[in-house]
Amino acid sequence: MAEPVKLIGCFGSPFVHRVEVALRLKGVPYELIEEDLNNKSDLLLKHNPFHQKVPVLLHGDRPAVCESLIIIEYIDEAFSGPSLLPSDPYERAMARFWAAFMYKCKDSMWIALWTDGEVQAASAREMKASLTLIERQLPEGKKFFGGDTIGFLDIAVGGIAHWMGVFKEIAGVHLLIEEEHPALCRWAREYILDETVGQCLPDRDRVVAALTRRKELYVSIAKAMAAQK
Amino acid sequence: MENKTMARAGSLKLLGLTVSPFVVRVRMALQLKGLGYEYIEQDLFIKGDLLLMSNPVHKKVPVLIHDGKPICESLAIMQYIDEVWAATGPSILPADPYERADARFWAAYADSKLLPAWVGIMWAATEEERVEKVEDTLKAIGHLEEAFGKCSNGKPFFAGDSVGYLDLVLGSQLLWFEALQKMFGVVVIEEGKAPLLAAWVKRFGETDTAKEVVPDVDTAVEYLKKLQSHRAGATVAQLLS
Repeated sequence: MAEPVKLIGCFGSPFVHRVEVALRLKGVPYELIEEDLNNKSDLLLKHNPFHQKVPVLLHGDRPAVCESLIIIEYIDEAFSGPSLLPSDPYERAMARFWAAFMYKCKDSMWIALWTDGEVQAASAREMKASLTLIERQLPEGKKFFGGDTIGFLDIAVGGIAHWMGVFKEIAGVHLLIEEEHPALCRWAREYILDETVGQCLPDRDRVVAALTRRKELYVSIAKAMAAQK
Repeated sequence: MENKTMARAGSLKLLGLTVSPFVVRVRMALQLKGLGYEYIEQDLFIKGDLLLMSNPVHKKVPVLIHDGKPICESLAIMQYIDEVWAATGPSILPADPYERADARFWAAYADSKLLPAWVGIMWAATEEERVEKVEDTLKAIGHLEEAFGKCSNGKPFFAGDSVGYLDLVLGSQLLWFEALQKMFGVVVIEEGKAPLLAAWVKRFGETDTAKEVVPDVDTAVEYLKKLQSHRAGATVAQLLS
């Protein structure tokens, strides 16, 4: 009998979505426990005391696995099913490099979305340049970074596909633009249309409503990031 | 500068900076696997063509060039080495998926919480800021002390009987803890507060991996002095890679 898998998440989080995609691609059934991030549960604080964030994966009796990309590699290694990471070590290193690159973009993206003035404009330029670099990693003639099917890098970048549109609506800032990133926009459409992704993609209007409530927090985080730069 | 070749590895070049923790850990991984490579020290103030071509995105070290193909990001490089040379030498990451996830988690923690804190001690503009960064550093060390207890399970290293991924990631930062003590009188790993880590530091320092790869603390101190005189315009992130 397979050990139960629980995923502590919260509605509207692209990081939680990533893990759900990975679990579904591997065919692993799981129970989703939704957190209210304004009122974090003892379960979350117990299992992720260092970062106090979602997602957190609980697999049987094992201690929790935290940090979305680490969880995804765990899922790839602990469960059978199609590989999420490429099999060739060089291709794996490239996937990890670009996933790390995506992670490093988060500050520019946040500053571009939630601040204003020259600081905002500079970060927006930086973020668009980063999107161009990511776009160039799409293999010629293929739908996904992983080739014909969704792989690790698609999952790592996948948040862009749905959430860029969400943030455009809330912040009024347009970063992923058809004229500037045609291939990445095409990829984003394919990603959202994928059947497995569709099973765990939260309703866009509901996400807009949920994240709009956190806008003030996002703005204060972005201002702190800009001050650090 | 050619290192002794103990295993046939194709052509391996490493672009690095002797005192960078990100480079030191990769050199440790290569040493563990017994791999020979050509080491090319980089001038991070005037970046050379090979570095700019090999890592056009970040223009940073380390870059491992294997048969002409560059691999960047120290953690990706270490895993690449572990995977390509899986049949050679000890494993860097453990075999069990949960233990691998745990090692990756703490390695990411050491790089995202601990490292920026102690780098912040070096660059604090005011005494108040320095005190704050020291507190952040000690807090992170406290968590790593806890992690050591759990990961090592009574054995000498994070990875068990011999060094592994997390030992290398944290071990590559120790040189700078010594430098911080020398220059600022700050003790990052104090026996009274972090006894398990303090004992691990001694053991780690006695391994061949550390002895063969880690430069003298004075090299780090000299480099820091050079950085301080070049400070204007440089961000903290640019300093060590």
